[in-house]
Order: sequence, then structure tokens, then C-alpha cells
Amino acid sequence: MAVEGTWEIITGNHAAAIAAKLARVKVVPAYPITPQTTIVEYIASFIESGHMDAEYIRVESEHSAMAAAIGASAAGVRAFTATASQGLLLMSEVLHWAAGSRLPIGMAVVNRAVGPPWNIHVDHQDTMSQRDTGWLQVYISSNQEVLDTILMMYKVAEHPDVLLPFMVCLDGFVLSHTYMPVNIPRQEEVDEFLPEYSPPHWKLDPENPITFGNLALPDEYQEMRWSMDLSMRRALDLIEDVAEEFFQKFGRYHGGATWKYKVEDADYIIVTAGTMASEAEVAVDELREEGMKVGLLKVRAFRPFPHRDVAEVLQDRKGVVIIDRSIAFSSGGPIGIEVRSSLYNRSGSPPIANYVTGLGGRDITYEDIARMTKDGIGRITSDRLRRPYYWYKLKPEYEKIELSEEVRL
Amino acid sequence: MTLTIHDLRKEPGSYLPGSAACPGCGATLAFRIASRVLGPNTVYVVPASCFSVIQSPFPKSAISAPLYNIAFPAAAATASGVYRAYKMLGRDVNVVVWAGDGGTVDIGIQALSGAAERGEDIIYVCYDNEAYMNTGIQRSGATPLMAWTKTTPTGKREMPKDMPMIVAAHRVPYVATASVGYPFDLANKFEKAKKMKGFRYIHIFSTCPPGWNSPVSKTAEVAKLAVDTYFWPLYEIENGKLRITVKPRKRPLKEFLELQDRFRGLSDEQIEELEKIVMEKWNFLLHLEKSERVF
Repeated sequence: MAVEGTWEIITGNHAAAIAAKLARVKVVPAYPITPQTTIVEYIASFIESGHMDAEYIRVESEHSAMAAAIGASAAGVRAFTATASQGLLLMSEVLHWAAGSRLPIGMAVVNRAVGPPWNIHVDHQDTMSQRDTGWLQVYISSNQEVLDTILMMYKVAEHPDVLLPFMVCLDGFVLSHTYMPVNIPRQEEVDEFLPEYSPPHWKLDPENPITFGNLALPDEYQEMRWSMDLSMRRALDLIEDVAEEFFQKFGRYHGGATWKYKVEDADYIIVTAGTMASEAEVAVDELREEGMKVGLLKVRAFRPFPHRDVAEVLQDRKGVVIIDRSIAFSSGGPIGIEVRSSLYNRSGSPPIANYVTGLGGRDITYEDIARMTKDGIGRITSDRLRRPYYWYKLKPEYEKIELSEEVRL
Repeated sequence: MTLTIHDLRKEPGSYLPGSAACPGCGATLAFRIASRVLGPNTVYVVPASCFSVIQSPFPKSAISAPLYNIAFPAAAATASGVYRAYKMLGRDVNVVVWAGDGGTVDIGIQALSGAAERGEDIIYVCYDNEAYMNTGIQRSGATPLMAWTKTTPTGKREMPKDMPMIVAAHRVPYVATASVGYPFDLANKFEKAKKMKGFRYIHIFSTCPPGWNSPVSKTAEVAKLAVDTYFWPLYEIENGKLRITVKPRKRPLKEFLELQDRFRGLSDEQIEELEKIVMEKWNFLLHLEKSERVF
């Protein structure tokens, strides 16, 4: 279990590009968008310098990027692309198409706010809004995790029980453009871990012609959607198994569908995702020094959503503080909504304080996480938990309106 | 070598009996001929179009070659991905987009332009029935001036896009127009395209009896008259050089128009105006034919 490979100090985007190279993807359709651009730039340089054997398609839009990835995967090869924000939204139609075609395409999504107004900084509105496309979604907290998760998720996505595409979601600039030490595994070891993709279900092949995606009438369609849902649920255990296998081979473990930090004896649990989760680890330590028994449940897989895992960790706690970086307008944070769904109909359901914050790159530090946690605990213990969700870190003049507003929810 | 009916009869093609096409469908006639020339070593990518239905519903299929259905705007991009994957696998397969006019000149034009500019090694076929027929006859960017559709109930007021010329302006190796009324001209254009490399584009005039309200028994005749009246000239642009492949004796446009209800009620002046436009285009093509390079 010794960590081999080489250490480099690189950005999250560089780590994503190296992961695509190590995964030996064969087709990379690419279209630039900030803050994803350096991923496709690195891949272009890998290919043109002869360090990566792949076809690079300089498409004219993200819609075409995903459509080309679909074509490549349907023809039977491993495909990869990357995007962000508006690019992901333009892809939306073909995201559904990729998943419905059961093509295990890999994509790095560098999370960025959605316009208008233009904003290139992090929040999770882009990927959260695509949660029902049938893609597996994993949210990431470090550059090492970016690289490792792309390799792991190809293995999960290509498993015959899954066969769905995946997006690895990394926070714009916070990871994409920030340098961190990353261990780059050796190619031979990656090859052993992730063998060449060979479609176990179908491909476009004149030797074995099939028609794919023609009309399915009401007596056929619903079972096809059901099978996607079933595969998505089956992916949960596989994410754990593959993470364990990865740990055995490379000595690194970032968690399975969730990552737990100091939850065993915790009275209160913070639930969040992405880089806010690494800030939350620091917050947990700080709060514990102040005598509060707090733990962290980091949601890595948002799709499939680990309902059972989440419920088992949160059941019978004194309270839960959920911090979301996107807004389901008038409904709260998407993670908050899911967690409630995990806990409803179970005994020992704890009170939940859900916070929406950090939109458009508003900085959320461990101090903010600690402040929200204290606010949440305060509301829970003094019976002031009146709303399904709260906004955090609004400017004071807006905060005043928000708190005075009679909320009809 | 020129293909004849004897050559075409030898090849079974990829179109099976029992499809869901309307009677007299020009698009299926085009596919029947094209697939015989292209042969079984061919993959088809089909965006939303009549052909999404013609192939017949799951779990059946009237197409014996591999066929992938893709979202409306995406066909050329998807075909690019298929071709690049085969390239990586070292496989030589004809990758063919089979799209309608809406999927080509309107919603699919961006992906088409991108693939043409990149020089993807694919054959893009537009079977053109001159409106959104699968959704029930709405005007497209390919609908002719003055034609009735359900969204142009008093006749279209705009000229259609000159899509073959738009593609030719990308300086691709091969662009051709064809008509299901001239099957051997059509077959030979596929034969030529098949042997070439790079982005190839064939735009086929395809009669639509339900959409045009033309007699189902006259699909070929309508498509032949389109050419003979110079409404739909047949030409090819090979490496920039234009050649008119069929130069029929000109017949009055009225003979073509009166076979279809979509042009019913046009005044003599309107028909005169259309004649003028048709002759201008024809003379322009004759002029282009003299050039060393059109684009």
C-alpha cells in the first residue's frame, strides 16, 4: 500500500487532464469555457506532443462536444470532455441522451455560477440543475481527489451493472486554478486498475448491426427509465467497492459516496459538498476545541444519492446543519432537500438547519462554516427553526429584508 | 465507372420491407438507392426527422445497417465522434448522417458547419422534403418561396437557404445536389462520394406526398419535373469545381407546381416571378460551371 508514482504541484484542472491521459481515453471533444479551459489545453498539448494517444475534436459548441463524445462512446471507445456553467447547460439535451444511451462517458465539470449576470466563480448551480439527467455526479474537495476520482468513476460507470456517464465536479478556481501537491500514479498501475473499455452492452458495429434509440412507445419506455434508476442505485455500492480497491492499490481513500469526519460521538453533524467540505473539517476541529461535539458528513456522490448512508449517520443526532452552494428557488438547497428525503419516514429524524450560501464565488471559509453551525445549533436548541432554509452571508441591507420578510413557505 | 440498374440490383441495400413510411415517400426511395451504393459497411446517424419514425418503433427496425438516433441539432457532431472512434480503432467504416432539411439547414446547421470546417471524414446527407414534415408540415429554412405550410398558410415569403452552396463555401471536397427523380444520377453521386475522403455533402430533393399534397403515385415524376423545370438543378462541386450533371430541356415551371397543392392558387404573376428566380439560378450555375473554382 505504499504510495508510488511521482509528486507534482499542480492545479485541479491539470490533475483532471492527467487523469484523462492515465485513463487512456481515446476521443476528447473539446470546447473552451472559463474556468475549464486549461483542462482541454493540457490535453491538446499531451496529444500533440505525443504523450497521449487520442483523437481531439475541436468542436464548435458544448452541445457538439457532448454529441461527439456520445458518437465516440457509441462506437465503442472511452470518451472524455470537460465543461462548466453555461456550457453544461447548453449540453443539457445531450446529457440526457448520453445517459439514456447508457454510454459511460467521463466529464470534468468545473463548477461555476450561471448567468446573468456573467460570473465565472464557483457555485454548484450548474451541476445541481442537471441532477436528473441520469449522470453520476461526484463533488470533490482536493486536486488529488480530482485525479483519483476520475479514474475510479470510469471503473464504476463502465461496470455492466451501471453503464451511465459520470461528471466529476470540482470547484471553479478554488480547485481548478489552485496548486496543490498531487501524486501521479504510474501508468502501468492505472492500466491494471482500469483496463481498456470494451462495451458489454452495445456498440455501433457493421458486423453486428442494431438500431439504437428509435421510437419506444408507452408500453416499452417506462422500463427503460426504471433500468437507469436501478443502475444508478446499484452504482452506490460500486462506488464504495471501487474506492476500497483504489485504496488497496494506491493507498489513498477519499471516501465512497460520502466521507465522514469525527461523526462517531457527534451531537451535531454538518453536511456539505465540494471544497466547503474541506473548510468544514477545519470548522469541526475549531468547534470541538470550543467544546461542541460536531462532525462532518461530506456528500461526495450527489447522484446516486446515498440515502441510507446519510440517514444512518444522521439518525438520532441532536441536529443537522446542511450547507448548500446552490439554490432551488423557493425550495432551499438541493442537498438539504435530498437529506430530508433520506430522513423522512425514519424514526429519530433530527431537526435540520439548511443554509444557502457562497453563490457566484462568495468566499466561504471555515469561520463561515463555524458561524452557520452555531447559528443552526442555536435555532435548533431554542426552537427558532422556522424556515425550511436560510440564506447566509447576504450583505447586511439584504439580510435585513430577508429576515423581516414574512416567508410564505 | 457509372452505376447502372444492374449494379444497383446486385446490392440488397439496408432498407427492409415493412417500414413505417408514408406511401410514396421520397426519403425512403433515396435511402433505398443510397444504401445500396454505400453497402453494409456503413453506420447511419439520424437526427430527429421523418426517418426517426420511418425506421419503425422499438423493438423492430426497418434498417439493416447500424443506426444511431440522436437529438435534433447534433447529427454532424455525433457522426464526427463515431468517425474519430473508428479512426482510433483502425476501422474503415462509412459514417453517414441521414438528416432531414430541418435537421440540416435550421437546427443542425451549426454542428454541420463545424464538422465541415474540421473536414471530418463523413458523408452528410440531407433528404429535403422542404418543410418539417414529421411534425406535420411547418415551414423550414428549406421551404421554397410561396409554398404553403401550416405555419405559412398564405405562402412562404422568404427564399430558402442555398444549403449546398453554404456547405461548398466551407471548401469541402464534395458537394452534390440530387433528386429521387434521377436515381442513377443520385446513385453515382453516392458512388463518387463513397470513394472520396473528407467531408462530403449530398442534398437530395425528396418528394413528400402528404406534405405537398402530391399524388402518391407521382413521387418520381414530381422529383423529375423539379429538375426538368430547373426548380432543383442537379450539380456537383468536386474539389471546388462545379459541374451541372443533368441538363434537361427546360420545361415550364407550372408543370411542376400544378402537381402539388402547396403551390395551389398562385397567380400567373407569381408563377412568372418563380420562373424568373429559377432561370436566374440556372444561369448562375452555368456561369459558375465556367469557373476553375467556385470556392
